[in-house]
Parts: sequence; C-alpha cells; structure tokens
Amino acid sequence: MRKFALTAIAAAFAVTAFTGTAARAAGDTPVPAAQDWSWQGLFGTYDRAQLQRGFQVYKNVCAGCHSLRFIAFRNLEGIGFNEDQIKAIAAEYDIEDGPNDDGDMFTRPGKPSDYFPSPFPNEKAAAASNGGAIPPDLSLMTKARVAGPDYVFALLTGYEEEAPEGFDLSDGKSYNHYFPGHQISMAPPLYDEAVEYSDGTPATLEQHSRDVVAFLNWTAQPELEARKELGLQVILFLIVLTAMLYALKRKIWRDIEH
Amino acid sequence: MSAPQWNNKVVKWVDDRLPVISMLHHSAYEYPTPKNLSYMWNFGSLAGFVLVTMILTGIFLVMNYTPHTSMAFESVERIMRDVNHGWLIRYIHMNGASMFFICVFIHIFRGLYYGSYKAPREMLWWIGILILLAMMATAFMGYVLPWGQMSFWGATVITNLFSAFPIIGDPLVTWLWGGFSVDNPTLNRFFSLHYLMPFVILGLVVLHVWALHSVRSNNPTGVEIKTPQDSIPFHPYYTIKDLFGLGVFLIFFCAFVFFAPDYLGHPDNYIPANPLVTPPHIVPEWYFLPFYAILRSIDFTILGIPAKLLGVLAMFASIVILFVIPWLDTSKVRSSKFRPVYKWFFWLFVIDTFILGYCGAKAPDDYFMGIPGLKVIVMGQLSTLYYFVHFLVVMPLVGKLERTKPLPASISESVLKEGANA
Repeated sequence: MRKFALTAIAAAFAVTAFTGTAARAAGDTPVPAAQDWSWQGLFGTYDRAQLQRGFQVYKNVCAGCHSLRFIAFRNLEGIGFNEDQIKAIAAEYDIEDGPNDDGDMFTRPGKPSDYFPSPFPNEKAAAASNGGAIPPDLSLMTKARVAGPDYVFALLTGYEEEAPEGFDLSDGKSYNHYFPGHQISMAPPLYDEAVEYSDGTPATLEQHSRDVVAFLNWTAQPELEARKELGLQVILFLIVLTAMLYALKRKIWRDIEH
Repeated sequence: MSAPQWNNKVVKWVDDRLPVISMLHHSAYEYPTPKNLSYMWNFGSLAGFVLVTMILTGIFLVMNYTPHTSMAFESVERIMRDVNHGWLIRYIHMNGASMFFICVFIHIFRGLYYGSYKAPREMLWWIGILILLAMMATAFMGYVLPWGQMSFWGATVITNLFSAFPIIGDPLVTWLWGGFSVDNPTLNRFFSLHYLMPFVILGLVVLHVWALHSVRSNNPTGVEIKTPQDSIPFHPYYTIKDLFGLGVFLIFFCAFVFFAPDYLGHPDNYIPANPLVTPPHIVPEWYFLPFYAILRSIDFTILGIPAKLLGVLAMFASIVILFVIPWLDTSKVRSSKFRPVYKWFFWLFVIDTFILGYCGAKAPDDYFMGIPGLKVIVMGQLSTLYYFVHFLVVMPLVGKLERTKPLPASISESVLKEGANA
C-alpha cells in the first residue's frame, strides 16, 4: 500500500507541477483578487436570485454592445424563470426572420427557441460603433480568461477616472488596472444604481458586477450544477467500489508471497 | 501450457475452428506473470483503458461535431449545451487526453528505471515509442478540432516547424495545410486523421501486448522468470490488482472531469479562432511542454544550420533517441534497484524533464522560478543539454563504471528475502 500511495502522489504531483505553471498570466497587470462565489467547491450551486439580477444587468447594460450568442431564451429556465416569463422576455426582442413567401426578410417578436440577438448586424458595424474595438461575445467570457470570474469582476470594478500621471491614454480609451496594457476601449459600463433591483438588493457598482459575473458564469457553464451533482454520486460510488476491490485484492493475494 | 479442454459444446465448436478463446485464455488468464510486480506496473493497462475510453467518447462526439471553420466552435458548444450529457462526453474526452499521457509517461519512466528496454525487450520498447509518437500526433490534431484560438495558433506554430527544412520546407508546409495558411482544408484533414490514428494506436497496442507476452513482463528485480515459483497466473492475481488500480485512477480522472474540467486546458481555447489576432502566449498542452522547451532552447546556429532547424531536429531527436537506448545503456543489470549510481541519475533525469516542462510553459525572457538573473531560456538550454547528456554520456559511462549490487538468484528468492526483512 505504501508503494501504491507513492505512485499516486507522484501522479498527482506530475499533473499539478506542469499545469499550475501553464495557466499563470504574465505581465505587469495585477492578479485579480480571489472572490467568494456561490458555485465554488464540491457542493457549490448558483444563487437563482443573483442570476436573475445579473441577467437584468446584462439585459439593461451589457446587451447594448455585447452579444450572447450561445444562449437561447429557452435556456433562461436554468436561472429560474418559468415558461410564461420566458415567453414574455423573448417577446420583448425583435428577431429578424425570413425570407417569407414573397422573398422578404421580416421582423417578428422573439420566441423561446430564438437566441439572444446580436446588438450589431456584423463585426464591421460593431467595430465602427466602438472606436475600432469589437465588443466580445459574453457567452463564454468567464471560461475564456484565466481565473475568469475573478478577472471579470476585477475588470468591472477596476476603472480609474484619471490615468496615473505619466500614462499616455489614447482618445476614447479608459484606464483599467486589470486590463492587459491598462487601456481599454470599453468605457466604465457599471456604476452605482445602474439598474434598479426589484428585490431590494443594494444597487452598488460592486453588487452589479458580482451579479453579472454570476450570470455570465452560468452562461459559460450552464451544466455546472448537474455536473457537480453527478460528480459527487460517481466519486462516492467509485470510493466504495475501489474499497471493495482492495479488500478482494487482499483476499486473493493473501497466500502469495510478493 | 497445453491447450485447455473446453466442456461447453458451443465454446469447443468455436475454438476448434478459430482458437480465439484459447488465445484469450492463454494471454489474459494463464499468462505467467512475475509475482513481484509493484503498482508501477498498473499504468500499462490503465493506458489501455484510457485508449478505449477515448475511442468510445470520440465516436459519440463525432456524431455531433462539424469539421468546418465556420461551425466547429459552435458545434462543440452545442455538444456542451444541447446534446444530452454532451458536456460529460466532451469533458471525459478532453481530460482523457491528459490522463492518457499521465499513464504513458509514468509507464515510460517505469520502463527506464527498471531497464525494461533491454534485451530481449527491444521490439516491445520500440513499439511503445511508436505508440507515443502516434499519441502525440493524435493529441495535437484533436486539440485543433474545437477551432479555438489555441487550436488555430498551436496548429500554425507546429505545422510551421516543417518549414525549417531546407528546400522542401515551404512546399511541405503548404502540402500539410492544403493551402497557404491553416484553414478549412487543414481542419478537415486533421479531423480525418484524428479519427484514423486511434485505430493505428490500437493496432500498435495489439503488437505491444503480443511482444510483451512473448518476452514476458519485466519486474522490479529485472531478473527473468526462471522457475514456476517465480510467476503467478495473470488471472485472478493481476486482473484484481489492475481493477483496484483502475478504481483509484478513475477517482483521480473523475475529480478532473466533474470538478475541474478546464483546469488542464487553456482559457484561450474558449475564444473562437481568429487568424487576425495572435494570442500573447502560444503554449501547447502540458504534455508537450518539455518537448516545446527543447525546441525553443536552440536559439543559436551551428555550422550555418539555422536555429529553427536545429530546434526542430533536437525536438524530434529527444524522442527518436529512445529507440537506441537498448544499446546506449551498457549496464548488464536491468533494474536501477541494483544500480546505486545510475539510480540517482535516473531521478535527476526525471527532475530534468519537469524543469523542461516548466520552461516550456514560460516565456523565454521570464525568470526561472523568479530567480533573478536566471532566464527561462538559459535554464531550458541547460536542461536540454542534460536531457541528451543523460542518454549519450551517462547511460554508456555509468553502465561501464558502476559497481552494481548483487542480484537475487531469482524473483522468488528476492520476495522471500524482502518478506523476511519486513
């Protein structure tokens, strides 16, 4: 058993030693502070109320520039909306459809099966409206950055009204502590009372940021709760099975000198 | 080891016509295995298990994947979001690649430590190296398929290596790409080959096991099986031991799949491929990092040979050199257990590969582990040097000069002695 433990430790060491170094970010940007998120840990889950507040922030603020192309209205069931609410939310959007029998494109109210429409017709239009920068799609944002949720939170709360002295800030750019190079094309998107929460949660910049990060982590990993729930069952099963296999191994090998 | 008599009429009928059941009985049941194998001997069967897992999950992924530059990324996200348990299948496949390399690297290091490459196991060892090469090609092409930023830029960097060869270099790269840049034809052929290669690996594994069963397993003493007392039948002794190992390994595997599925990957691969935006750091997957470090460490020319070509040659040489170690190792003793000097060099070599891996992950101008004045590139060069010195100098010299410890007369004798000491 001692040999076995050594083998297992060696394997674990091999993995962490290699990958820990691979993922680390370089440069002079500070490492975003680790935040407490409800979905962390073995038993972590999403907070539905927070996801809905985050959705409100996305809808009222971010959606002006950022698409969410992997999310359909029907997916909002995952953050606790019922069928009627989803229909109502979808109907608020105009969706281009067609061509109809006359060969024309037309707009109609959204249906649950539609995806969130992009705020811009194409990338050129997006760049033209944003000083040359294309606002990235947000569906996978928290998975597409190192320490994604912490980074997005740090970015949203990391603006400085004035660039530090001696820093040459280009026209139309803002200074952000956490953005690589510190010059970001996105003007500070959130501020205190950017949206009004109906559940009485204080509408601070920090709260807005926290909520929208939670929502974006859900859009990036909608399977997270199902994954962890199944994972616990699988690993519990494997522990019992492996313990039984070990007992069997001992029994079978009992009379063998080895 | 005479052919077993089958009582069941159907079994006998089949076996008389095609002795497939006798063959299985012979190689998975009565196969005489050294009785003293440690848990280090579990990783071969574990690697086999991961291979089968990869093929099965891969077949299901293909049912929902679209190999086109405009749809590949989207189809992977569709698998993650809309296909029933698609996230599970993809995360198993994604992490399975890393698990495969973990098993195979441990398996190779075990072979190096116990001298499993020495006569009469050279062919067995060679086939193993071919499996490693085929795995590397397969893993590289598979990583391209989701068509994220790292997929695209990794493919661009690695295929560009072939341009280092004089005269044929550029036409070769164009031929590999199927065009003048990494594009849809590249994605299509990588997909085709990524589906083909696992079956090539499977064929090689059959040969590997065949070779193993004709020369028999090595063991921690490195002393061959001499009498029936030295061995035990594979079943039930090693079937149960392998199953227990599999249980432990699955817990490790599932911990990643369910609780840290993206830990071993790179976040940039969740950004769709964009030929106009180069990521600040292009790094390969962790299992390629030591080789990547060797490639990058050659930043000088020798005899007019450009640095890039030397780097490529060094990288390939780092694996090809494994083919000749049965002759580079001059020691008469297989197992490092009885080689007091070489044993230390072995561990130095293991540490060296870890340092290479670290260097591969870092930018060349970073400081090695934050040590002022020690650049990653320099450390990478020193480690690359030691990598080859180990094989070309240490192995032949230590084998000749070392005074080895006395070998046990037989496996069973060593087992009894250890039992008495415990």
